[in-house]
Amino acid sequence: MNASNAFGDYFALFGLPRRFAVDPTVLESAYLDVQAKIHPDRFSHMPENERRVAMQWASHANEGYRVLRRAVPRARYLLHLAGIDPQIESNTAMPADFLMRQMLLREAVEEAQDDADVEALDGLLRELRRDARAMEQQLAGDFDEHGDLIAATARVRQLMFLERLQEDIGSALETLEN
Amino acid sequence: MALLQIAEPGQSAAPHEHRLAVGIDLGTTHSLVATVRHSLPECLPGEQCGILLPSIVRYLPDGSVAVGKEAAEHQATDSQNTIVSVKRFMGRGLDDLEAGARKQYDFVDAEGMVRINTRAGVKSPVEVSAEILKVLRQRAESRLGGELVGAVITVPAYFDDAQRQATKDAARLAGLNVLRLLNEPTAAAIAYGLDNETEGIYAVFDLGGGTFDFSVLKLSRGVFEVLATSGDAALGGDDFDQALATWLRAQGAADELSPEDARAVLVECRRVKEVLSRKDAEVASVALTNGSTLSAEVTRAQFEALTAKLVAKTLTPVRKALRDANLSVEDVHGVVLVGGATRMPQIREAVAQHFGDEPLTDIDPDKVVAIGAAIQANVLAGNRREEDDWLLLDVIPLSLGIETMGGLVEKIVTRNSTIPTAKAQEFTTYKDGQTAMAIHVVQGERELVRDCRSLGRFELRGIPPMAAGAARIRVTFQVDADGLLSVAARELSSGVEASIVVKPSYGLSDDEVAGMLRAGFEHADEDMRLRALREQQVEAQRMVESVQSALDVDGDLLDAPERAEIEAALAALSGLIAGNDGRAIKSALEGINKLTETFAARRMDKTIRAALAGQKLSDLKV
Ligand SMILES: Nc1ncnc2c1ncn2[C@@H]1O[C@H](COP(=O)(O)OP(=O)(O)O)[C@@H](O)[C@H]1O
Ligand SMILES: [Mg+2]
Repeated sequence: MNASNAFGDYFALFGLPRRFAVDPTVLESAYLDVQAKIHPDRFSHMPENERRVAMQWASHANEGYRVLRRAVPRARYLLHLAGIDPQIESNTAMPADFLMRQMLLREAVEEAQDDADVEALDGLLRELRRDARAMEQQLAGDFDEHGDLIAATARVRQLMFLERLQEDIGSALETLEN
Repeated sequence: MALLQIAEPGQSAAPHEHRLAVGIDLGTTHSLVATVRHSLPECLPGEQCGILLPSIVRYLPDGSVAVGKEAAEHQATDSQNTIVSVKRFMGRGLDDLEAGARKQYDFVDAEGMVRINTRAGVKSPVEVSAEILKVLRQRAESRLGGELVGAVITVPAYFDDAQRQATKDAARLAGLNVLRLLNEPTAAAIAYGLDNETEGIYAVFDLGGGTFDFSVLKLSRGVFEVLATSGDAALGGDDFDQALATWLRAQGAADELSPEDARAVLVECRRVKEVLSRKDAEVASVALTNGSTLSAEVTRAQFEALTAKLVAKTLTPVRKALRDANLSVEDVHGVVLVGGATRMPQIREAVAQHFGDEPLTDIDPDKVVAIGAAIQANVLAGNRREEDDWLLLDVIPLSLGIETMGGLVEKIVTRNSTIPTAKAQEFTTYKDGQTAMAIHVVQGERELVRDCRSLGRFELRGIPPMAAGAARIRVTFQVDADGLLSVAARELSSGVEASIVVKPSYGLSDDEVAGMLRAGFEHADEDMRLRALREQQVEAQRMVESVQSALDVDGDLLDAPERAEIEAALAALSGLIAGNDGRAIKSALEGINKLTETFAARRMDKTIRAALAGQKLSDLKV
């Protein structure tokens, strides 16, 4: 018997329904409960063998928590469970108005970066986070209300776009601060 | 704060036996050891000196080794044989050291880690650190009156894999069983959190002699969760001494100084710096070997101006960690100050200003790390106290990646991932009949391989020959709870376990450790054989007890032939324990380990199902 096959999917691991909308406090409390039972520190003076299994379980739970905690990996995971590959790398088609807004934002970021304007970058970061949150709401609709995986796939790609930009701002801020 | 109820089958094998375990803060400047006795943590003092052992090792002309104050007295007169701040060299190559530090000793570049040429021969930083750990181990064993089951040793959260591995090797060399490498700020949070029944988000700001660590932790429901950690492995109180020394030497136009004089100036500047934490001015005065005196008065304002850049430098990692954790300063309920250098008023002011709140200082910043380590050592050794119903979830401080085409890094495990963690990646062959491939693992945040630290080239061998692109090699990168990496690989289409070299180049092999131990002890062979035998016997006893209790609780998970096989192996092992054939015990242990692998996996499976059932109950309450 292989331990990792007995896990089931991450939703099952944490006893959650398989849907996009996840209550973060419920997820967190489920995660902590699981870790409290399986963390290798609970088995610290047991034989190596069982500690290793505990370490593998704990690694699995950590990965599950990482995936379910945030919108993009959670959405991608749901698509993966449904057998859909969102073709993140190859498929770059996006709606024109979305692309337009992204281009404007990116220009604003570059400008702020050239001016070493930390405040402007912070402001853009806040704006992007707001956009991302709105999009997460819509994703919940796609997945949980309409069961529209095609729409969800497109939106996940857009959300990833937003995240990429947020990361770029993060590293720009880091460079400026150093 | 005992809110988590934890059921642990088979864990209380010997309820009344107190196992001796210690926490060790192996600092750049000072080291100390603490333990939990009668349910209370305490730091253990040395015979003549106090609790703090200066982390200084001197190799004497008569072949003996002095550690601590005794060594410190000779740091100016015998500087080449008196090693200070050896922690800065752990797991570091010559290239990693700053230009100034490179001249401090007679360094020898060696693969993976520098060595120091002393009158006692060429010493690795691992060996030097082991001398410090040996003194602390002896201190603990004589104070506690028995042999230690193990130790938790603290490391800066920012230590990479090489530095952690070096620390673990040093402990092994000192004859210590390492229960866990624990991040220093996390240790501080354990001491602090348990003391104050704290809940919420806390930051730990640790400025020691040579390293700066900043961590953000969340304390809730008895769980210590590290949200982010950052720092600067080359920033500490020493740099403040250095800044003052540069100034002082400029005052006396003394830029050409012998190593001895330079050291004496640094020692004096450190004293002045410490005095300036409580006085507004102090005279620095050093008698040089040429008979002249270098002296000047320093005011606190002057000193603060000289070191303003250093203070500002601490705030960069602070911002980075908060950003990583997606938090702003208002989210932080309190900042715990750790490390001697946080006694400087300008540091306290900078922290207060940045967070808009006075930092927390009510636990002695010198002891707090060792105390936290002792509390965890006590738990890991199996002496869980009533109030120890807590769990620590720590993170890996630096990303792990592999080299891809064009010298680029592909991240496998990103920094601040909770440990333990495992990531799998699939590779394929690019030539027909290819049976081997190399994977270059690096650690760091940069995009180019040459800007990251190389952890080693892991070679996969024994791939079954196939057409190019047909092999599917799944490589698993496992980071354990110490933050140490191991690599395993399997070819999926054939199921062949590829043989790989998992040991990074900077780690010591068991043979090397044995060799170093032999060099250090007389009658080493006999000692080591006895020690090994004793360890095997303890391990075997533990194995028999735990498998037996597992059979009692979970025997139904096995069918009759499986159970009979395990029971026979247990009986055979029990028969060997009283004897003195270490090798036979070892191989019987390994046999049982293999035999019970499936059983262990099923029991873990059962445990997690129970966890899930319990969790659904709490769902109902929400
Ligand atoms: N009163 C003080 N004022 C300023 N610095 C101090 C004071 N006491 C100790 N230090 C500095 O703290 C540093 C050592 O801190 P410590 O926490 O022991 O370091 P480490 O953890 O690196 O061993 C040294 O640079 C020392 O000079
Ligand atoms: Mg320290």
